[in-house]
Amino acid sequence: MLTLENISRRVDSQDYLVDISLEFQRGELNILLGPTLSGKTSLMRVMAGLDRPDSGRILFDGESVLGEPVQQRDLAMVYQQFINYPSLTVYENIASPLRVAGLAEAAIKSRVAQAADLLKLTAYLDRKPGNLSGGQQQRVALARALVKRASLVLLDEPLANLDYKLREELRAELPTLFAELGAVLVYATTEPSEALVLGGKTACLSEGRVEQFGPTLTLYRDPNTLMTAKLFSDPPLNTAAVKGMNELQRFIGSSDTGTLAVRAHHLRLASEIPTASTFEIRGRVDVIEITGSETFVHLQFMGQPWVAQLDGMHTFRPGAEIALEFELDDCLLFDDNGVRVRKPSGGRI
Amino acid sequence: MAGIHLRGLAHRYPASDSATEAIYALNPLDQHWEDGGAYALLGPSGCGKTTLLNIISGLLHPSEGRVFFDGEDVTELSTERRNIAQVFQFPVVYDTLSVAENLAFPLRNRGLDATTIQSRVLDTLKMLGLESRAAERARSLSADDKQKISLGRGLVRTDVRAILFDEPLTVIDPHLKWQLRTELKKIHEQFAHTMIYVTHDQTEALTFADKVVVMNEGSILQVGTPKELFDRPLHTFVGTFIGSPGMNVLRCAFDGECAVVEGNRLMLNAEMLAAAGARNLASDKDVLLEVGVRPESLTVCAGSAGVAVELLRVEDLGRHLLLHLKLGEQTLRVIHPEGATIPEQIALEFNPDSTLLYADSRLVQAGNTHCHGGD
Amino acid sequence: MKMQHNKAWFMVLPMLLVVAVSAIIPLMTVVNYSVQDSFGNNEFFWVGTEWFQEILASERFHNALQRTLLFSGLILVIEIPLGISIALAMPRRGIAVSFCLVLMALPLLIPWNVVGTIWQVFGRVDIGLLGRGLSSLGIDYNYTQDVFDAWVTLIVMDVWHWTSLVVLLCYSGLVSIPEVYYQAARIDGASRWSVFRFIQLPKIKRVLLIAVLLRFMDSFMIYTEPFVVTGGGPGNATTFLSIDLVQMAVGQFDLGPAAAMSLIYFLVILLLSWVFYTVMTSLDNDSNSAGRGR
Repeated sequence: MLTLENISRRVDSQDYLVDISLEFQRGELNILLGPTLSGKTSLMRVMAGLDRPDSGRILFDGESVLGEPVQQRDLAMVYQQFINYPSLTVYENIASPLRVAGLAEAAIKSRVAQAADLLKLTAYLDRKPGNLSGGQQQRVALARALVKRASLVLLDEPLANLDYKLREELRAELPTLFAELGAVLVYATTEPSEALVLGGKTACLSEGRVEQFGPTLTLYRDPNTLMTAKLFSDPPLNTAAVKGMNELQRFIGSSDTGTLAVRAHHLRLASEIPTASTFEIRGRVDVIEITGSETFVHLQFMGQPWVAQLDGMHTFRPGAEIALEFELDDCLLFDDNGVRVRKPSGGRI
Repeated sequence: MAGIHLRGLAHRYPASDSATEAIYALNPLDQHWEDGGAYALLGPSGCGKTTLLNIISGLLHPSEGRVFFDGEDVTELSTERRNIAQVFQFPVVYDTLSVAENLAFPLRNRGLDATTIQSRVLDTLKMLGLESRAAERARSLSADDKQKISLGRGLVRTDVRAILFDEPLTVIDPHLKWQLRTELKKIHEQFAHTMIYVTHDQTEALTFADKVVVMNEGSILQVGTPKELFDRPLHTFVGTFIGSPGMNVLRCAFDGECAVVEGNRLMLNAEMLAAAGARNLASDKDVLLEVGVRPESLTVCAGSAGVAVELLRVEDLGRHLLLHLKLGEQTLRVIHPEGATIPEQIALEFNPDSTLLYADSRLVQAGNTHCHGGD
Repeated sequence: MKMQHNKAWFMVLPMLLVVAVSAIIPLMTVVNYSVQDSFGNNEFFWVGTEWFQEILASERFHNALQRTLLFSGLILVIEIPLGISIALAMPRRGIAVSFCLVLMALPLLIPWNVVGTIWQVFGRVDIGLLGRGLSSLGIDYNYTQDVFDAWVTLIVMDVWHWTSLVVLLCYSGLVSIPEVYYQAARIDGASRWSVFRFIQLPKIKRVLLIAVLLRFMDSFMIYTEPFVVTGGGPGNATTFLSIDLVQMAVGQFDLGPAAAMSLIYFLVILLLSWVFYTVMTSLDNDSNSAGRGR
């Protein structure tokens, strides 16, 4: 178990990490989700021991590892860039951490063979990394992390530079691959959809702070803050201000002010007969995007850009006015500080 | 703006060792792309899409074939003289110049007068929403704003015949990708530039383009609207590459009336049946037969009505569930709505209109008795 | 906990000692000499800033300083543009790259005094290839007697010896520019000059700064080559600060003024290097605000 206690780090009077406390269990997949510069990589570097936090403690299985040099830590790391030894064959690349550890040749052989088999690299063992595709190169880096059987595995956007379909394939395999090791696994990503596919637990990061930490699906369905909901939305979250006596306030049946948020796929074309539990919005279409199975309608609502994700094909001219609706149960409400309001005073949610 | 016509175009890089014959990076192809259209070249890395783009922009000279812009043969013209604009994967800005000067750069190089330059630059800044940052050094901008400038250097010109994009959103954060893509789409709708967009990301390709060109291993497999590619993939590769998750492809036999998958008879629609009959697929033993069916078009039902399957695992993707199922020896995936219950005994309902038959990876269709394309 | 990081200091310690012995202690000795006078017999007495005042007021020093500044200026004006031009003209790929790099590195491998000797012989009118060649063409060339010829010889020699350094530094900067920049420039219709001005120059600015500093400091301190070739002559025409200094310290054994002069010399180099550095980095001032990763 890896425990971070009140970790903070400042560089040049800029906050990189602010009071981060997290607990990662062995055999579980832990995701760090946040946009570029949200502190994911900084946190990984601190966990790896590459950087020292200004304050706070890092415990591994209850023992402090702060100050322990990186070389002595039982750690494997995979980066966004494909980092392999260019002059070594794939076999030697995968074997390299085992050679450093001084394993017997036979043991090395069997472990490399096993890792290569899992990552579908057996056919390429004699090649040099330069002659492999991006996906294969990243699999070599993953295999090297795998054979090491480290108790802490850090993956920093390992699939970011890969093809879409390859990414789909690899991210389905990744959690099971490393789960068997019983290691603490931390995975950084900028993409909400990637976090959802991977499952496990997610820590949402924003500006060096942890917004929320918990099971990935809980964060997605039941976020505590507006920031978490925003970070966990792809397409972007639709928001509207709930202000004194506006129609949204009447809809939720409360006098609270704040922000109402609806995910794109919870919007649908308005039905003929409105019910009390649905809210109808009207707006002008900016642009539509059709993917074949679904249509993204971009529109303006109460001065905010909104996007609706509709099943099937729909064609609307830009500038046309359309009516959409959403269910009361599907919308999220946040107060003026961006904190989730689960039941507004006297409200209906 | 210009229509683009590729005639007998092919490219091979010189063989590295003399013994082997040079392989095609791009197999011979003929294409006509309309003036003002938004096209996407979609495929995995190494499929030849960037090679094709570079041939159109003139950065690469094709080893065979000709390129025409509006009927004019531009194959021998240099990049500068083709009047195209290109946005690259990594933002290219002139570091020492301001945002406005960056936009003015292509116009200055073409010797336009100062007043024209100023008004064009102002228009472009407005178009991109960068008015307030005009005087800033381009270097200090974020990746997405830099990418806007790269685009702006194309938009600012009036002589641009096509704007080419080479995976322009690679280094952009997900939520900004949406913004940038929508802006791009709006600009296309307003100004109708001919745009060609290279990507490996299906969402980008399908949302951006009117027509998507799907490529694999140096060949164009299908050109079609997003709807066509989704509903009627001509090749199993197109089916699996487009859609998330992709189409289920299952080995099958054909008994003259139905596709038979692991002993289950699946109905085909009349058109498919006629085409399959015409090709005599029931008796042809040398052909690899497969059915393709989208995870979205399968319906989960309880009891004995449909094809009985075994549930392997359930993935909760938030918006919907993804069921991994086993049908005999083969696996398939089905999309199940958020919040719906999963019956204990799962059976699947196949819709004949969305059950497609493939022979040697190609869609069985009328008047298309043998394969064509690039293999 | 804190102890963990102290190990690093022990590893740096030997280096610190070497630096102290080789640089700081001799420098302090010089400072010591510069404020005292001696009449031999190891007897010293305090004179304060007298030597400094004398040096700064002396015409001999002014002349030497001007000569040195002129020499360094000419070297920079010639070698930097020439080096950039050669770097731009060098091939970027293929077997020719290694060939060019080796060719460029060759002059750098030759020791200073050998370079001096080579050119001293090369330029001689009686037996040197260059000297005789020029004479036979009817050009009146004699670096031992003609001031202009002596300067030309020294500058050509330095250009021959050191331009490679500028070339290699610039080349390393140029090859690190991604290909897409050139492609984008072609599409924008940029001229060759615009490509240089807006892509190549900004990207090689940092290595160029290093090249300018190195070439300035080296040429400002040049000693061996003029000593071997011209010996500071004809007359005092090529007596640079370094030669003057050695003449004063070793030839005349005026330790006090020589020490004061070396300190002034050192401070002049420091000051000018600082000026170069500030001017060139100020052109680059807002680079810190961008591209910072977390």
